[in-house]
Amino acid sequence: MNTSIQEAQPIHLTYREAVREALREALRKDDRVFLMGEDVGRYGGAFGVSKGLLQEFGSDRIMDTPLCESGFTGAGIGAALGGMRPIVEVMTVNFSLLAADQILNTAATYLHMSGGLFNVPLVIRMGTGGGKQLAAQHSHSLEGWYAHIPGIKVLTPATLEDARGMLWTALEDPDPVLIFENTLLYTMEGDISANPEPVDIDRAKVRRAGTDVTLISYSASLFKALDAAETLAQEGIEAEVIDLRTLRPLDDETLLTSIAKTHRAVIIDEGWRSGSISAEISARIMEKGFYDLDVPVERICAAEVPMPYANHLEQAALPQVATIIQTVKRMVTGHD
Amino acid sequence: MKKKSGGKPESIQSDTSQHLIELLRQMLRIRRFEDKCAELYSAAKIRGFLHLYNGEEAIAVGVMQAMQPDDAIVATYREHGQALAWGIPMKTVMAEMYGKQGGCCRGRGGSMHLFDKERRFYGGNAIVGGGLPLAVGLALADKKLGRNRVTCCFFGDGAAAEGEFHEALNLAALWQVPVLFVCENNQYAMGTALKYSHSNPNLAEKADNYGIANATVDGMDVLAVEAAAHKAVDIVRTEVKPFFLECITYRFRAHSMFDPEFYREKAEVEQWRERCPINTLFKTIQEKGWLSDTEWNQLNQEVDSEIAAAIAYAETCLWEPVEDLTRFVYSERGAGV
Repeated sequence: MNTSIQEAQPIHLTYREAVREALREALRKDDRVFLMGEDVGRYGGAFGVSKGLLQEFGSDRIMDTPLCESGFTGAGIGAALGGMRPIVEVMTVNFSLLAADQILNTAATYLHMSGGLFNVPLVIRMGTGGGKQLAAQHSHSLEGWYAHIPGIKVLTPATLEDARGMLWTALEDPDPVLIFENTLLYTMEGDISANPEPVDIDRAKVRRAGTDVTLISYSASLFKALDAAETLAQEGIEAEVIDLRTLRPLDDETLLTSIAKTHRAVIIDEGWRSGSISAEISARIMEKGFYDLDVPVERICAAEVPMPYANHLEQAALPQVATIIQTVKRMVTGHD
Repeated sequence: MKKKSGGKPESIQSDTSQHLIELLRQMLRIRRFEDKCAELYSAAKIRGFLHLYNGEEAIAVGVMQAMQPDDAIVATYREHGQALAWGIPMKTVMAEMYGKQGGCCRGRGGSMHLFDKERRFYGGNAIVGGGLPLAVGLALADKKLGRNRVTCCFFGDGAAAEGEFHEALNLAALWQVPVLFVCENNQYAMGTALKYSHSNPNLAEKADNYGIANATVDGMDVLAVEAAAHKAVDIVRTEVKPFFLECITYRFRAHSMFDPEFYREKAEVEQWRERCPINTLFKTIQEKGWLSDTEWNQLNQEVDSEIAAAIAYAETCLWEPVEDLTRFVYSERGAGV
């Protein structure tokens, strides 16, 4: 063994820094990669993710765009078709609706309507989620809505490892990949390996093993599910917590394997309840895991209101740890 | 006029006559193809939306003369003319209309979505204005990779009211990318006349506002379009910046096969039909005595034979197996750029 190679110490960083490291690594590895979006350069990113990258890589690779989500997303598609590997940053998912035409009508359809001739190797990153009192035009969780669309993949990294690792895997994918970063996670800190392992983008992960109930979640809600699981454990209820990681394609197998063991499932989703990803997951459990269930599937979702500004109202609209605990107890004991 | 009149040396004149006859042949190919498509639509061989290019042939044919083989084309849902003028084999275009496996998109695109990877033909985009940002991106990639290529983007007057038009023009000018915007101004956005769509119906002035060099040309005159396109492409290619070429034209047929044409007078259509780009060029050639009746008949026969062969091919093509329905939603293993 070569003794000059020392085991790298884990590094301590925030989720924001993990994404930045992922960007930096991609920009170093592949000359075709460039980042473009509103305020990604001189401002340093609306959430500070790309801070310093303009100085490091120059304005050809870190491109500030005007405010034209459809225009620069479409340009990203064209650049991808032209042989580049663009990373398009859309500030938030609410703004991405201005680019929805390009995402749905072009990026997602191009391969199919060209009969397999043209694939679009494009990565789009965007902020998502509520909890910062940003009200009804900056706080929604529409990743489940994008997961409705065949032709794209939808990633929702919750952990530092995934925040750092998923970007490169997405860039290696021949088709359009959307990465949703819940903006509450940007300040989350922790230790990760200095030598990142490649991560997959098509499997869910069991983040906590348990036997009594399966809590299915993703992104920031994952941590609410884990918190709830800790409290429930003190009361003798062992929850298994699954991090979906990817909303499209959904990893049915991991969910069904867990439910076959626990016989109970709760889905925690920051999106609105009607027509949501939680509705899709619930339907799949009914279709493929119905006879494994002891009780009906439960869903804890955002209230069906545009996100209100006032803190107490916003918190009332979002899934909460206490609600998860209460729901699980009712499912396990048969009463509140 | 006789062949030797005009004072030019015979060889140059011969080149010119050959070139003009070639332009005529290409426009005729498109016209006959479109007329046949209308027939086949009535015979239910072709379904869906069918937008025909009759009247506008001079634009696709004229502009393509200025393009190089490794340049890129981005077109709209009224793109049969561009596809044929750019060299996509007629038989694969026809088979695509039929929805057959032998079509250029295996029957998944149809009339509005013709693609060709080898020839860098990027659709067939049926969201009005949606192709413009894509064209800017293709040109951006060329600029970043140091390739001296031009991306030519066709769109109509209707697109000029879309946000994506303005976003794309701004980006193209801001980034100075080699894209030729070709506005096919046929004066109607479906059934809404220009004056009801645009506060300023002078579309080239919209390019002025973005600092994009531009020209307006008679889109019914293939020679004028060709000359203007050469000038425009030279600027795009050598100066690496966008150019906006507006071609004033007119759609002879209805918007699509579902259009009863309540919005325009028959007299207006007739007036424009008198300016038919094919007749105009034919007269020019005839006056110069460059095309005998025999040669003209032969040219017509060649075009008709090509169309007949394309239909025969489309008829014999197989249907894509239904088991393959969900192919090409995601790239297959080992595929992809």
